[in-house]
Amino acid sequence: MKRFRRHGQESQRDRLKQELFQFSKTVEHGFPHQPSALGFSPSLQLLAIGTRSGAIKLYGAPGVEFMGLHEENAAVTQVHFLPHQVELVTLLDDNSLHMWTLRAHKGLSELLEIGRFTLTGPPGAPPSVTRVTAVLAHSSGELLLLGTEGGHVFVVEVPGFRELEERNISLDQVSSSVPDDYIGRRNLEHVEALQENPVNPNQVVIGYGRGLMVIWDLETQRAVQHIPATQQLESVWWTEDGSHILSSHSDGSYCRWSVGGEDSKDEEEKSDIPYGHFPCKAISKIVQLPTANGPPFLVFSGGMPRASYGDRHCISVIHSKTHVALDFTSRIIDFFVIRDGPQHTGDPSALVVLVEEELVVIDLQTEGWPVIQTPYLVPLHSSAITCSHHVSSIPLKLWERVIAAGELQLTHYSKKPWPITGGQNLAPDPPQRDLLLTGHEDGTVRFWDASGVCLYPMYKLSTAGVFHTDTDPNDNMNQGTEGEWPPFRKVGCFDPYSDDPRLGIQKIHLCKYSGYLIVAGTAGQILVLELNDEEAEQTVEAKVVDLLQGQEGFRWKGHTRLDVREEPVLFPPGFQPFALVQCQPPAVVTALTLHSEWKLVAFGTSHGFGLYDYQQKNNVFVKCTLNPSDQLAMEGPLSRVKSIKKSLRQSFRRIRRSRVSNSFPVGCNDALQEANARLEAELAEMELAPVQRKIEARSSDDSFTGLVRTLYFADTFLSDSSHNTPSLWAGTNGGSVFAYMLRLPPVEHRTDEPITAHPAKEIQLMHRAPVVGIVVLDGHGAPLPEPLEVAHDLSRSPDMQGSHHLLVVSEEQFKVFTLPKVSAKMKLKLTAIDGSRVRRVGVAWFGSSRSEDYGESGLVVLTNQGDVHVVSLPSVKMQVQYPCIRREDVSGIASCVFTKHGQGFYLISPSEFERFSLSTRCLVEPRCLVELPAHSASPTQHRPQPDGSSQLQSCFVSSAVLQEIQKSLEVDQT
Amino acid sequence: MNKNHRVPSNRSLSAVEVKSKFGAEFRRFSLDRSKPGRFDEFYGLLQHVHRIPNVELLVGYADVHGDLLPINNDDNYHKAISTASPLLRLFLQRKEEADHLAFGTDSLTRKKNTVLSAVLLRPDPNRKKPPVIISLPKDFRPVSSIIDVDILPETHRRVRLYKHGQEKPLGFYIRDGSSVRVTPQGLEKVPGIFISRMVPGGLAESTGLLAVNDEVLEVNGIEVAGKSLDQVTDMMIANSHNLIITVKPANQRNNIVRSGGGGGGAASGSSGRSSDSGASYYGYSSPGGIGAAASTPSHIIQNFHPEELESDEDDEDLVIEAGGEAELIPCAPSASYSMPSLPRYEPHLNLRTAAAASTSSISINANGTLPTSASSGSLGNITSTTPSPDRAMERRSLEEDGTVITL
Repeated sequence: MKRFRRHGQESQRDRLKQELFQFSKTVEHGFPHQPSALGFSPSLQLLAIGTRSGAIKLYGAPGVEFMGLHEENAAVTQVHFLPHQVELVTLLDDNSLHMWTLRAHKGLSELLEIGRFTLTGPPGAPPSVTRVTAVLAHSSGELLLLGTEGGHVFVVEVPGFRELEERNISLDQVSSSVPDDYIGRRNLEHVEALQENPVNPNQVVIGYGRGLMVIWDLETQRAVQHIPATQQLESVWWTEDGSHILSSHSDGSYCRWSVGGEDSKDEEEKSDIPYGHFPCKAISKIVQLPTANGPPFLVFSGGMPRASYGDRHCISVIHSKTHVALDFTSRIIDFFVIRDGPQHTGDPSALVVLVEEELVVIDLQTEGWPVIQTPYLVPLHSSAITCSHHVSSIPLKLWERVIAAGELQLTHYSKKPWPITGGQNLAPDPPQRDLLLTGHEDGTVRFWDASGVCLYPMYKLSTAGVFHTDTDPNDNMNQGTEGEWPPFRKVGCFDPYSDDPRLGIQKIHLCKYSGYLIVAGTAGQILVLELNDEEAEQTVEAKVVDLLQGQEGFRWKGHTRLDVREEPVLFPPGFQPFALVQCQPPAVVTALTLHSEWKLVAFGTSHGFGLYDYQQKNNVFVKCTLNPSDQLAMEGPLSRVKSIKKSLRQSFRRIRRSRVSNSFPVGCNDALQEANARLEAELAEMELAPVQRKIEARSSDDSFTGLVRTLYFADTFLSDSSHNTPSLWAGTNGGSVFAYMLRLPPVEHRTDEPITAHPAKEIQLMHRAPVVGIVVLDGHGAPLPEPLEVAHDLSRSPDMQGSHHLLVVSEEQFKVFTLPKVSAKMKLKLTAIDGSRVRRVGVAWFGSSRSEDYGESGLVVLTNQGDVHVVSLPSVKMQVQYPCIRREDVSGIASCVFTKHGQGFYLISPSEFERFSLSTRCLVEPRCLVELPAHSASPTQHRPQPDGSSQLQSCFVSSAVLQEIQKSLEVDQT
Repeated sequence: MNKNHRVPSNRSLSAVEVKSKFGAEFRRFSLDRSKPGRFDEFYGLLQHVHRIPNVELLVGYADVHGDLLPINNDDNYHKAISTASPLLRLFLQRKEEADHLAFGTDSLTRKKNTVLSAVLLRPDPNRKKPPVIISLPKDFRPVSSIIDVDILPETHRRVRLYKHGQEKPLGFYIRDGSSVRVTPQGLEKVPGIFISRMVPGGLAESTGLLAVNDEVLEVNGIEVAGKSLDQVTDMMIANSHNLIITVKPANQRNNIVRSGGGGGGAASGSSGRSSDSGASYYGYSSPGGIGAAASTPSHIIQNFHPEELESDEDDEDLVIEAGGEAELIPCAPSASYSMPSLPRYEPHLNLRTAAAASTSSISINANGTLPTSASSGSLGNITSTTPSPDRAMERRSLEEDGTVITL
């Protein structure tokens, strides 16, 4: 950077830079990767999710979200809100406890870690003594009970984490009073569960792994009652009236025990294995909640017959005669039930289930228990994301039509509003409507409202219907056969299995003015779609385009073309395909662009590129860019797949061999030592033969030089400086740029006269680096507007008087050429200076934070080092540089997409987008406030379970929230 | 000089106007551009028009850039005819009087006029010692050079590899490693980049200036400290047409030892003692001996700026217009008077000596020892490994380039 400073020493420019650019990561969209714990505060109406990487995320009403990260890189195993407080406690895998709070600062709340604590046992005690297995946040809000692996219960005062040794409940105290006839009395095992008596906060039940439950009086420090269950204990639930305790066990049974007087002989009232007869899996959690007038709701997870349905992830809900086993597509982490009423003590209204890949909320008050659409935490990866495309400032008309099309897809969702309503969203309304489109492996394109903090799903387009695939289009969710037992019902939308990888979407381009959409996929298919508000039955005309143009010696070993349905297909309202181009060979489409004004689509693969006229449904021309000596591109992707397979096989063989050599009988220690020695030897070997890199200039013989990386339409001066003509530009992996002059017939003959294209120029960059971007700059040095932009927005017409310039962005350099005679004018070398290469490039407009009317266009660049740069236009000078993505995060870097206003998105996990901003003016970040509930209620009436709901709790949420709740209640009634 | 650029005549473009000068005499005639004929015919023609049938001649012409270039075979004769626009100016000399060093591109840009005029007006009678003609200097081009000897620590070597227009691969590999530095806190192990392998027959090997286990300190003036192996790889490839690497040779025996503190002009002389005695070699076999590092300045001064390198016409892009004729993109207008064939590198005194006297790249070794044998002697067995296993890696690195990732 030093060298740029030398030029731009003028402090004025530096000040301007500060007014234009600033980098911040603003919000994470999507579903947290690898969630590991769930917590809920009924009083705050906030949901907390902990992840395996140590993140803690809080969500309330849409737009209200907080995020924190534990310094330790350990998984969050439990999250508990302190009842009626804004604090929450997290337990990490490394046995540390952390206290977090929501602190208001300048009218906005922040999530802060305010304390940490690790239990210390007596000296010399094994670590299991203090290994925390169960946490109870006592309803007093002052005590934390920690059950450990050693069977002890430690009592800690919060929020300061002060150990109250005198109140600890040691295993000895408990086991001395265990009845002699209890089988497992010699080893009660760890503390599995801790629950508070909902009507008497002095009583807690301690559930031991072996099965025994002990009701303990905190005041008198003695056991009140013993419940001698003999099956391995999984969870405990104290019913709301305090009269019964439910226990669930590892054999798939649950038992109901009555809590009698202090001296009454306890009796197992009822034991049940719901999916019984054959061995069942454990019921990991059980909850029972009463209704005002009717039988209670019983909700439990697991318990499936081991042999036949042991692989299902189910939560069963039983209410009166209704019994449903909700069948999720991924592992269940935890669940809780939200209850109605201003004090959240009424009937159960919604069941919130966190599974490994999504959050599912079931409306328990609507017939059929439909799913409520989540406004956030949506699994972006319900099918793996293969590409993304961002469109800024969508016109209202298109926006409404997309929403209308999307609403028709939501008919099987509940009409209920989102039940989690905590906090106030104070962020201003987004200044514009932005769309993020994600392409997926299963051939779908999802439309997301990316205007604000919540990435809200708007509409889903499926392209699979155009083709014959193995799937049955009617193979949908919710097709349980009558009388099936267990009564399964598929819920959730996470479905990572693609039936045909060829359907995968690789490139998307949407014209926001005309509503034309093109999507291109893995098998060389390019679909042209049009937004239609009515459903329509139509045949999609397919056009096969041979990109090889008779190139000799070609063997395509990759996949075959997709089979197109020849009969008319019924397309629902929304984007409907009307034209299809299929490249031959059917290689993945690597570049795509659309000019909706000229009604032309340009597409490219590793073999060449073509221009398609979707008005006349005719291919205009094809250019083969393949280098005949390029064997890899010639043969297609299969050979590489083979080599991966081969290396996999080899590595497996290696593992097996090492296991065999390791299998002679030696002591555990010896084996360990031996393994260590071998590891060391391997490391030493690695040092001996380190990774090396070949230093060689690129040549035309390199692989994939013909791969088309970028395509660009421009109305510019290609042949002479007085007449501008339509043109198509293509850039390849081998550093070539091809320019074609296009001749469009006059509008009145657009349908019958052919479009012609003539090769006009070809530039071979000497450094032969892949061309990743082409932009034509107008006479003012501003990038040419998008097609139809001028027609819709008169203020933005390009300067056609001054001379145009061509900007070619390769992975190594930014180079400006004059037009129409191509001669180098300016350049900025990136790779030669700092060794980084351009991975993603976009044109963005940056508004000044100081003055409303000043702004400038710039190039936003992401390098393979994960840095983002802004490069000025047209002078191609480096402006700012910020580290953004870890350089090792190759998929994150590859997934990055820039907006037209200096923001960007990239995947931080398969399911989460990180949003960042380079602009001082355009910033989308959560701004929200969570207020302390006022504290006034007799402590005896507190319901302690953070994951249950309160019986009678007095929490005063802010009036706005109350109003919102009331409003939602009114909606319910109508 | 201006006469060179006068307006093209309206006459038929197929004719080339020739103005030939021998001594003080001029002859004018024309040749058919499309049918120039062979060189020996042309040679005979010249002897004929100047009426010097038995005089051995050295034929030179002024090319478009004003350089004096020789005509001594069919190829450069045809080149001269085809580039003449429209006038072809010839300068004839008696072979025994000829000043061979006047030819060549490098010298002319420096002092075009003086050289030309020297040839034209003052055929110096004193310089009548007929040199032993091995070949003409223009038949050579620099392959490599050691530069900045005057400003670098003795333990470092800055090597320039001229890849320009060569078919020969650069031919070396780099790897991660660690080197020992002397810091105020004591010895410190720091990561570094090292040359790991030489491709036999490659440019790097043939120069003898680089060797396996040499530590790479800079690439084209930019320090590589703190950069990853991939970054340094990309930097080198991006600069591959004109690669300048500063290394700390693993073998410190062949260092240039300067006599005085000033350095400067004596740099390329062999004034120093022979370092074979081991005086400057501390016996550390690990890359990066401590003694060498002790004198490493924190920031290495360099005689050239990246800017300067950028103005090199090293990467002229090729533009093919619709007509189908290829032309090199004229780079920055300022560059039009610099030599098209050889990147200018003026500030380095020893480069010029090298270029002028460049009979071979090896000749510039200051100690007079042959670096090829010296540096590769102990490491020869490593360099001779076959290149085949690396081909796969090269492929892989290309795939990594993100072309296949289409997210």
